Amino acid sequence: MRWRTATITGIVRRSPTVSSFFFSTPHHWPFVAGQHVAVRLTAPDGYRAQRSYSIASAPEETGHLELAIERLDDGEVSPFFHDVARVGDEIELSAPLGGYFIWQSADGGPILMIGGGAGIVPFMSMARHRANSGSKAPMVLLFSARTKADLIFGDELAALAGRAEGFHLIATLTRETAPPAGVLSGRIDASMIERALSLLCGLPARTFICGSNPFVENAATRSIDAGIAAGRISTERYGV
Amino acid sequence: MVTRGFSGRGNRPPEVRDRLPPGQFLESGFPVLSAGPTPRIRTEDWTFALKDGVRPVKSWNWVEFHALPQTKMTRDIHCVTTWSKFDTFWEGVLIDDMLADAGIEPPTAHTLAHSYDGYTTNVPTEDLVAGKAMIATRYAGEAISADHGGPARLLVPHLYFWKSAKWVNGLQFTQRDELGFWELRGYHRYGDPWREQRYTDD
Repeated sequence: MRWRTATITGIVRRSPTVSSFFFSTPHHWPFVAGQHVAVRLTAPDGYRAQRSYSIASAPEETGHLELAIERLDDGEVSPFFHDVARVGDEIELSAPLGGYFIWQSADGGPILMIGGGAGIVPFMSMARHRANSGSKAPMVLLFSARTKADLIFGDELAALAGRAEGFHLIATLTRETAPPAGVLSGRIDASMIERALSLLCGLPARTFICGSNPFVENAATRSIDAGIAAGRISTERYGV
Repeated sequence: MVTRGFSGRGNRPPEVRDRLPPGQFLESGFPVLSAGPTPRIRTEDWTFALKDGVRPVKSWNWVEFHALPQTKMTRDIHCVTTWSKFDTFWEGVLIDDMLADAGIEPPTAHTLAHSYDGYTTNVPTEDLVAGKAMIATRYAGEAISADHGGPARLLVPHLYFWKSAKWVNGLQFTQRDELGFWELRGYHRYGDPWREQRYTDD
């Protein structure tokens, strides 16, 4: 594995538990929407910790790389980013990784993306790539979060959907008693998948599901129940 | 390169440190990572096949498979995503005992494991024999749950855990080293945690 040193150029809070970290690198490293990079931290005694984070920025954004990182209280690397890292710090990043949970405009559609919490990060890259590339592939993002504050990138996603160019957002909140107008309530269920399929005008060519393991299990089961072939469903489970 | 302000988790006793391959950390849970939906295979429908190239050599159903000698194995496991778990306890059938039941010696040096969901992974045959690997049907004293690969998964604990294919339903001996699902997508063809062989060029 080749590692490169990147500099943190910006930190933007997206929710109480998720922040975006922007990195500049000496040379742009091409990637495909949906890919991730490994981050490597090294202690003075040589101890290293390595974790992978999905890329949120679009491949067309060559000036910086955006990683949106959720703070896990019992984690080792994410608390470092949230509590210690600051603009100007140098961090080692791997080359972009992952040749499976990816989408590019040439792949076409229709595309269904189902994300739970920080699991929508790879879908930000896909949605931004779709907009940047002028793709007309029908695409629905079904986004499940706990509370209104956890709808990371909510304004940007709403703006993309508002263009009425074939990108649709369905948001649902699982722990909000009074969700805002246009936002659903409860876990991913059959009716939400039905709504997504009606917006896509049929079954998706690819379905991507990303989130915690229980979230992915539920969303995958609902998708299969709705008639989507298991072989057309790709999952990414945020384990640790 | 030392990272400013990073000290890592303190107080890792030497007995933990010495059991962790480079770049790994100790995890107490058992994370689930899979590339697709979890297949639900009923044990009544389960079969396992040995093949030499395209030629079927032997197959077992669930009952026949449980008539083979059952072996227990306690091992540390290491996931390429950097978590490790110590002392995982498995029960199943050694590949050696399956070969003996089939009445064959390993015909080639390369093996491709196949799973119900279409997943494949390549393992050198020598890493599957001599008590090194099994088809496991029980974990921690219970049937392996579907999300962890049940009814049966391959267990090759000395390699990164993506080699221990979930929902396994066959081993195919191949003339050449045929790359599997992740090995075709940037991951190392062998995957030794102690040499940190995570990605193709490691």
